[in-house]
Amino acid sequence: MLRFTLLRLLSLGLSLAVASLVIFAVIEVIPGDPAAFMLGLNAEPEAVASLRRELGLSGSLADRYISWAGGMLRGDFGQSYTYRVPVADLVAQRLVVSLPLAAYALTLTVLIAVPVGLAAAARRGSAADYGIMGATQLGIAVPNFWFAMLLVLVFAVNLRWFSAGGFPGWEAGLFPGLKALTLPAVALALPQAAILARVMRSALIETLGQDYIRSARAKGLSRAQAIRRHALRNALIPVLTIMGLQFSFLLAGAIIIENVFFLPGLGRLIFQAITQRDLVVVESVVMLLVFAVILVTFVVDLAYAAVDPRLRRR
Amino acid sequence: MTGRVQLYAGGMLSAVFLVAAAVSLVWVPHDVAALNIAERLRPPGGDYVLGTDQFGRDLLSMLMVGARSSIAVALVAVGIGMGLGVPLGLIAAANRGSLIDEIIMRGNDLIFAFPALVIAILITAVFGPSAVNAILAIGIFNIPVFARVTRGGALSLWTLDYILAARVAGKGPARISVEHILPNIANLLIVQGTIQFSLGILAEAGLSYVGLGAQPPTPSWGRMLAEAQTMIYTTPRLAILPGLAIVLMVLGLNLMGDGLRDALDPRLRRAAR
Repeated sequence: MLRFTLLRLLSLGLSLAVASLVIFAVIEVIPGDPAAFMLGLNAEPEAVASLRRELGLSGSLADRYISWAGGMLRGDFGQSYTYRVPVADLVAQRLVVSLPLAAYALTLTVLIAVPVGLAAAARRGSAADYGIMGATQLGIAVPNFWFAMLLVLVFAVNLRWFSAGGFPGWEAGLFPGLKALTLPAVALALPQAAILARVMRSALIETLGQDYIRSARAKGLSRAQAIRRHALRNALIPVLTIMGLQFSFLLAGAIIIENVFFLPGLGRLIFQAITQRDLVVVESVVMLLVFAVILVTFVVDLAYAAVDPRLRRR
Repeated sequence: MTGRVQLYAGGMLSAVFLVAAAVSLVWVPHDVAALNIAERLRPPGGDYVLGTDQFGRDLLSMLMVGARSSIAVALVAVGIGMGLGVPLGLIAAANRGSLIDEIIMRGNDLIFAFPALVIAILITAVFGPSAVNAILAIGIFNIPVFARVTRGGALSLWTLDYILAARVAGKGPARISVEHILPNIANLLIVQGTIQFSLGILAEAGLSYVGLGAQPPTPSWGRMLAEAQTMIYTTPRLAILPGLAIVLMVLGLNLMGDGLRDALDPRLRRAAR
């Protein structure tokens, strides 16, 4: 397990290095000068020269990459040109919205998908199974941001249970904060839960066909006991993998959903940065997002190997 | 639902949108570029089957032209993914276990770490927003998907006797890949293509909703939703109809994909249910 972990750690480091090179290269291919690009067409030459100094553009490409990547390793993401504050501070302010939103949505996804998938698999071929499969088929086809708009229409405009958007800040208390994140989290969670419930169902059906389940039944366990004690745990392995893969969709979804609800999260930050041509913010936030996806894949790989020793060989 | 019913229902649903998109090339009920304030927010009925939006544009015409943008973006993106992903997968499988295989697969993992939205953000930050960005972003995202499916399918074929026979007959790996492997994984690729097509429609809608895709005045389903957002309190129809179009199109493609999988590969039938 130690050898496996070290190898995976090495490949994690390598992936991050290559990903950062790719992002750096894309930002560098801007035709002309990044400083002139950020300031726009009507910029004074002195302003461009001063921004060039600020961004350290006089150094060679290699120097600039090393100072950017090295800075990030120390937690220094550079200085935002438009906000005039360190990007790390901006990101920290936004993460307190985006991270809880993603965690909330992920929790809801699991809480919905596991029981629903279980119910469908346990009553395979029944009307309930067909109903659930039909509903999940529909759930997969629904774009989450449109679903979010429908939720606003029903729960904010008509029923007035929730506000249509905005975030009061955690200073207002835990409950108002969670309440503001509830509709966005539901909008993110339901389409994801539809996919996960289908995975859960087919994984469980697959497991229920195994010999050891037949042995367990022969030993005198009821069907429900066999599912609870033996099948469920084994079926969770593919579910875990898909959850890891879903993380990047969740992240992308959160960025879009934040726009529907006017939440001051990472998504809003990055779209503002694009319109303001604040490349320092774009570059660093994109790197952060990619880092998150790579890290989750790494953690899932390790969790997977911890659960199933057969996977450690490779 | 049996595979055949899924295939027909899904195929018919998708066909409706394909036909609507094709018809919009030569005819739409009303011009979608012309703003007609006098006709703004007309309810459905009469001259405007689905009513008009806040700029007086006919909703049905907008949906038809929007279908065209969505389908075009998703289709080209699938083309990019297949065009690059399938050869990469074939090369990796032909050189399985070698350094080339390892490099291709690790490269795939790396692209997987960039969600389509993140690619679109990067491209847009540098080159400015356009529909081409959406195509590129979704297309790049599709490459590793097709490479993996191709490699997986090809790997199991390389061990079979008829491939061995082809090698004995003196055919090289490239020729075997094209003449024997590719035709036998075509089914897999068609099914995956349908899935990526439907994912592409969803992704395009999301990208154009946040302004990273089709730009005004080109109508697209995602942009229609973005424009309808402030109108949702007064005219919910404007936000509901484009979303419904996306759902039905994607649902149709997904059903068709499931049905195709069952029809083309009987071995998968057990796993599908």
